[in-house]
Amino acid sequence: MKKKTAVPESKTSKPSAAAGLPARDGASALDASVPPQSQRARGLSAVEMGARQREISVSEFFTKNRHLLGFDNPRKALLTCVKEAVDNAFDACEEAGILPEVVVKLEPVQTADAPVSPAQATRFRVTVVDYGPGIVRDQIPRIFAKLLYGSKFHRLRMSRGQQGIGISAAGMYGQLTTGKPVQIISRTGEKNPAHYFEVQINTKTNEPRILEKKQIEWENHRGTQVTIELEGKWQKGRASVDEYLEEAAIANPHCQITYVTPEGETKVYQRTIRELPPLPKEIKPHPYGIELGLLLKMLHDTKSHWLSGFLCSDFSRVSPKVAEEICKTAGLQPHAKPRNIMGEEAEKLFKAIQATKIMAPPTNCISPIGEKAILTGLYKQIKADFYTAVTRPPAVYRGNPFIIEAGLAFGKGPGEVAAKRTGPVAEGEHKEDDSELARVLRFANRVPLLYQQSACATYQAVLETSWRNYGISQSRGALPAGPMIIFVHMASVWVPFTSESKEAIADYDEIRREIKLAMQECGRRLGVFLKRKEHAKHEFHRRNIFELYIEEVAEACKRLKGGRFAVERLKTQLMKIAMKRTGGEKTDELLGKKGGPEGLPDSIIVTAEGVEGAVPELPVEGAPELAALAPPPAGVPAEPAPAPKPVQPSLPLEPMPKAAPAAKRAKARPAKTAKTAKAGKAKKSKAGR
Amino acid sequence: MAHTTTSVEKKLVGLADLVVRAAERGRDPSIEIPVRSLSNVKFNEKRRIIEMGSNTQERTFFNVGMAKKFMQTILVADALSELQRADLTTSLREIYYRAKHTIGDSHENTFDNQNESDPLIEDLEVALTALREEFHVRAENAGTVIGPLTVVDDGDSVDCSKLGKGGYSVPSIVEPEYVRIKRCTADFVLLVEKGTQWNRLAEDKFWKKYNCVLLTGNGQPPRGVRRLARRLHDERRIPVYVLVDNDPWGYYIYSVIKQGSINLAFESQRMAIPDAKFIGLSSLDPERYGLPRNVGIKLNDKDIDRAKELLNYPWFQKKEWQKEIRHMLSLELKFELDALANKDFQFLTKKYLPKKLQDKDWLV
Repeated sequence: MKKKTAVPESKTSKPSAAAGLPARDGASALDASVPPQSQRARGLSAVEMGARQREISVSEFFTKNRHLLGFDNPRKALLTCVKEAVDNAFDACEEAGILPEVVVKLEPVQTADAPVSPAQATRFRVTVVDYGPGIVRDQIPRIFAKLLYGSKFHRLRMSRGQQGIGISAAGMYGQLTTGKPVQIISRTGEKNPAHYFEVQINTKTNEPRILEKKQIEWENHRGTQVTIELEGKWQKGRASVDEYLEEAAIANPHCQITYVTPEGETKVYQRTIRELPPLPKEIKPHPYGIELGLLLKMLHDTKSHWLSGFLCSDFSRVSPKVAEEICKTAGLQPHAKPRNIMGEEAEKLFKAIQATKIMAPPTNCISPIGEKAILTGLYKQIKADFYTAVTRPPAVYRGNPFIIEAGLAFGKGPGEVAAKRTGPVAEGEHKEDDSELARVLRFANRVPLLYQQSACATYQAVLETSWRNYGISQSRGALPAGPMIIFVHMASVWVPFTSESKEAIADYDEIRREIKLAMQECGRRLGVFLKRKEHAKHEFHRRNIFELYIEEVAEACKRLKGGRFAVERLKTQLMKIAMKRTGGEKTDELLGKKGGPEGLPDSIIVTAEGVEGAVPELPVEGAPELAALAPPPAGVPAEPAPAPKPVQPSLPLEPMPKAAPAAKRAKARPAKTAKTAKAGKAKKSKAGR
Repeated sequence: MAHTTTSVEKKLVGLADLVVRAAERGRDPSIEIPVRSLSNVKFNEKRRIIEMGSNTQERTFFNVGMAKKFMQTILVADALSELQRADLTTSLREIYYRAKHTIGDSHENTFDNQNESDPLIEDLEVALTALREEFHVRAENAGTVIGPLTVVDDGDSVDCSKLGKGGYSVPSIVEPEYVRIKRCTADFVLLVEKGTQWNRLAEDKFWKKYNCVLLTGNGQPPRGVRRLARRLHDERRIPVYVLVDNDPWGYYIYSVIKQGSINLAFESQRMAIPDAKFIGLSSLDPERYGLPRNVGIKLNDKDIDRAKELLNYPWFQKKEWQKEIRHMLSLELKFELDALANKDFQFLTKKYLPKKLQDKDWLV
């Protein structure tokens, strides 16, 4: 919902578009502007029409088009609000070099006399607290109560938010549906005071209206807390707040999320990686990625005096030599004044740029999650038998660099399967069939995408991958079948969404191709894993059936013979023959540890015996994790609440213990048997879910 | 009856000995089972019955493909020997339930359904050359008899001429130890394929008028019915006539009664009645008895294939039979016995059969 395209240029006058319509929700100033009814029977004069033509503010536009921002229905509105606040918190923390940690609290608000159940409530108070850098006092009102105000729009760098609409739109939605202002507390450091604000947006002027501002005592030494009351609906399941946070935890294993549900339950998504992802660099636009209009604007705005200088300094990957070549192709003087180039010349220049061979854009502007981190996220949040992750090398679409990452979790985990098999099946009964389809988790710049799955390039790429090649069944035009979770992440300075509501990635050939390649690599590894598993199972079965059947046959012989019968002797003799016939010790070897993840990079295999592969070290239960110990913060900030007292408020300021490579660590704790590791994991994922 | 070790029981125990012997020598235990398929039967021209060939297959234990079957075979043998010792008879299904259990602490059953245990009993029948009756295993009572016949069943004397129109339900096991034929004054036996037509004949007291025993097996006659017909034929020296639908399946029912079945060829010597006569419905009958074409049913592809198969069987090589089957194929029609009702409800009793018997119009 932060996409620029939907926002009309605010200067543009639109004939009678909105003026005649009755104003909604307190934009009372509109009422006066309706001109008296025209005397003439039909048609209006230009003057009369002119009288009706007036500016539309961005805020007004969005109050009427709230669906463009993701507030189509109460359920989605609640999700969008949480999402915007959490995304902002993560972005701010990362930019400040602080390991992100947020607390999300949803409280149902009583509208009638009787208390409402969380599932039935229609109004919620959303509070999101972070321990990030805080916001300086003067900026607070504008950030939370002015649309299109922010730091991220004017640069080309990968970040979650982009346009500076999100959080203020959420505040505006709250204001529209409940009339309540947005409450903010922010503090930039221990030595600075905490500021409390209550702000509303003036929908006509798109300016903040400050209702209350004061300095308060705040138990947090640093960070921001925002509280928005809005109309919403809380439901578990697909595309819910719960799912969003769970998926966010997978894609952001360096973030800690504490979630207090409307039912009062506290879920903690533990941080599993203590390293911040490298901060992406800002880049200048790549010449292939711009359009003529933008080129004209850049020509006009540049500080360079020469055309060649403009090309070199305002674009990435344009060297003086390349600039010269472009000028030559366009038939323009390198010393021409950029401001003077317009019309036909500009068009020539544009065509020349497209025709010139230019190096692909730099990729340090993108910070992928990384194979290890994806693996960690999946391993922590999802119970499975096999995990793998792939990060593709950077690629480019329309001059924008991007990186595709994929992950895969297969199986139900050893515990689950054992629990399901309750006993022998009766006649006509079948062993449980795995007809469920795979689930696709989609992410763009680490943000989970929960809507419009089938319109997304990732989904299309998953469908197009021939999963049958890897031993997974797949019906025509359907997702692969099996207990499988597919993770796809696109990181880019500019993720092309199909719509303003940022729900699906547009289907560019380059993007789809990269996703498919990543899928294929995951699939290949899964295929190897499945084959090994099948082989081991087969050998085990082969051996096992003889053991089982010998017992049966020997006992039956005993009954047949009646009386005294050396049944044990018979069993031993038969076992001996069986060993001889099935390869004896060799089979044992096959059944042993030979099936480890050799040749499967960035993969984890979980079996009943233990865990193998690049196993991440999960935080030990009860470790001094901040949010794990701190009680959830109270939602009402007006009076100093007795709530969260971070144990280590200055945690990120202390030198962080450099995380050793996970595999190495796993080896370095031999005392921990596989069994305890498994138990620990089981506990973890329970807490995580 | 005091229990004495029967020969069948000895044969069953022999399987256990086989396993023990093999184990002691460090060999893979294996049971030799004659093959039960068309490839391993031959028609004995002289005795005019189907006999089993000498092909056998080995069922070994230490072979992944056969291990389970071997184990199951031993389990079935165990259940059968238990039956012998207790001197009880039982059904195929009860054998299945008796031998079914979960193996050890696994999640595998010894048998998952009855289809797995039934063929094993037949395997044992052929491997040990014992009859199912000798194993004390019975099928359902699917046959009925009515007529001037008195049998002694479990000490009760049953006069089959005094059972209204319902008749006596033929037990699955009719060996002399179980059912004794006390009296039979009939001139012939009429074995009818369908229960409905048997009912018609019983209701019309056809058996009284023509002094015959009426038998039906409701489709492919079960062993009890076949064995009873055979015993009446052997012990009382009376002919057996077979009345079936005019379709390939009717022909095959007749051939099973006459020569024995392919699947259980080893039983032919006790079951088959080489002198049995095919009285109808012949493919020539519709014309002779004026049945209109519209009461026929078009042969489907399966019927045609089956008929062509029958043409190749050695026991259908007689000229009359080839003509009979080919005529049906040329008509492209099959006729049910019930179609005779098109002429008259009692056409079968009053016209068709009397004329057939009078003209000696049958095939052998």
